[in-house]
Amino acid sequence: MNLGLTNFILKTADDSFIVGHRNSEWTGFGPFMEEDIAFASMAQDKIGHAWELYKLIPAPNDQQNYAEWLAFQRPVSDFKVAHLAALPNEGYDFSLIRHFLFDHAEYLRYEMLLSSSFEPLSHLAKKIKGELKFHTMHAETFLFQLANGSVESKARMQAALNYTLPFALGLFETYEGEQEIINAGVFEGEEALKKKWIQRITALINEAGLTLPDLNTIEPVFGGRNGYPSEHLAPLLAEMREVIALDPNAEW
Amino acid sequence: MKSFDPRVNRIEPIETATELQLGESWQPFEVFHQKKRGDHHIHVGSVRAANAAQALLFAKEQYGRRQHCVNMWVVRSADIASFTYEDADIFETAIDKEYREAYGFKVRDKINAYKKKNTTI
Repeated sequence: MNLGLTNFILKTADDSFIVGHRNSEWTGFGPFMEEDIAFASMAQDKIGHAWELYKLIPAPNDQQNYAEWLAFQRPVSDFKVAHLAALPNEGYDFSLIRHFLFDHAEYLRYEMLLSSSFEPLSHLAKKIKGELKFHTMHAETFLFQLANGSVESKARMQAALNYTLPFALGLFETYEGEQEIINAGVFEGEEALKKKWIQRITALINEAGLTLPDLNTIEPVFGGRNGYPSEHLAPLLAEMREVIALDPNAEW
Repeated sequence: MKSFDPRVNRIEPIETATELQLGESWQPFEVFHQKKRGDHHIHVGSVRAANAAQALLFAKEQYGRRQHCVNMWVVRSADIASFTYEDADIFETAIDKEYREAYGFKVRDKINAYKKKNTTI
């Protein structure tokens, strides 16, 4: 598998894995029970997407359980995850906005992957498009509800949006080998995705009655795709790996 | 109900929600799911939500996850009209009207006899 394709799969998997974990941190702490269950269930979907992607990466020297290794033992510096994914949950307002911005990018990414020349990706896209559609429905419903709720709920959603946008734009950072996969018809590329994403979220944010700042004036938070991970990633992975770190060779 | 976990701080549902206007607070919605197209929607439980759109999301996660279905309905619990159990006597009939009950049709015997005759073991 060439570098571009490996990087593309890894970064897409890493984003799902880390966002999925962050969202799962709300399990048991959600604002009310029904939402607690819904958010936890969607977090589980995300971990499932990451798992499917990690499995696509061929194991060097026939290494056993390579997908698990990628998730739980790979060095932090080898992660390709966007800073957006690793940000801690400061409040439900932030988590909902991240969910909205991230899941629209995910939905559009997999929609584009439906016609990927790399068959395992087009197959996966077909398989999970329903789940992602539901995730965007959930995000939109909350966005509309809270943007049109009280003065406080609207102000908090707007503040969370302003705070999160530079990180969300960091999702579309290029990576080593991107041009190869564009040329090979695997994926149209991050710039193409970003254009579709901006169009989609602009319409929804306007419809919800929030204000979208001028995206040209925002500097995206880059680095995650190129070896400069978020400062929040290492502590997060350390926590996720607490059990396996006790005995890396344990069987389960 | 207040959680025993001091870290858990949930919104308290308002029990008299049926007196509130839509969107004012959480209200119960009844959930109906449909196993396959053409089937009746069957009542499976309820969820609490701020509005119908949100109730659908929660219904999908809570009742669509464990068993396959193709469609769901939600309806505000407050919009359901019903008799009271005190009036259950209205369902009793004074004289035998078994002939009106669907399972009383004589044809059932014929169908069973036909089935028996045509079933090979």
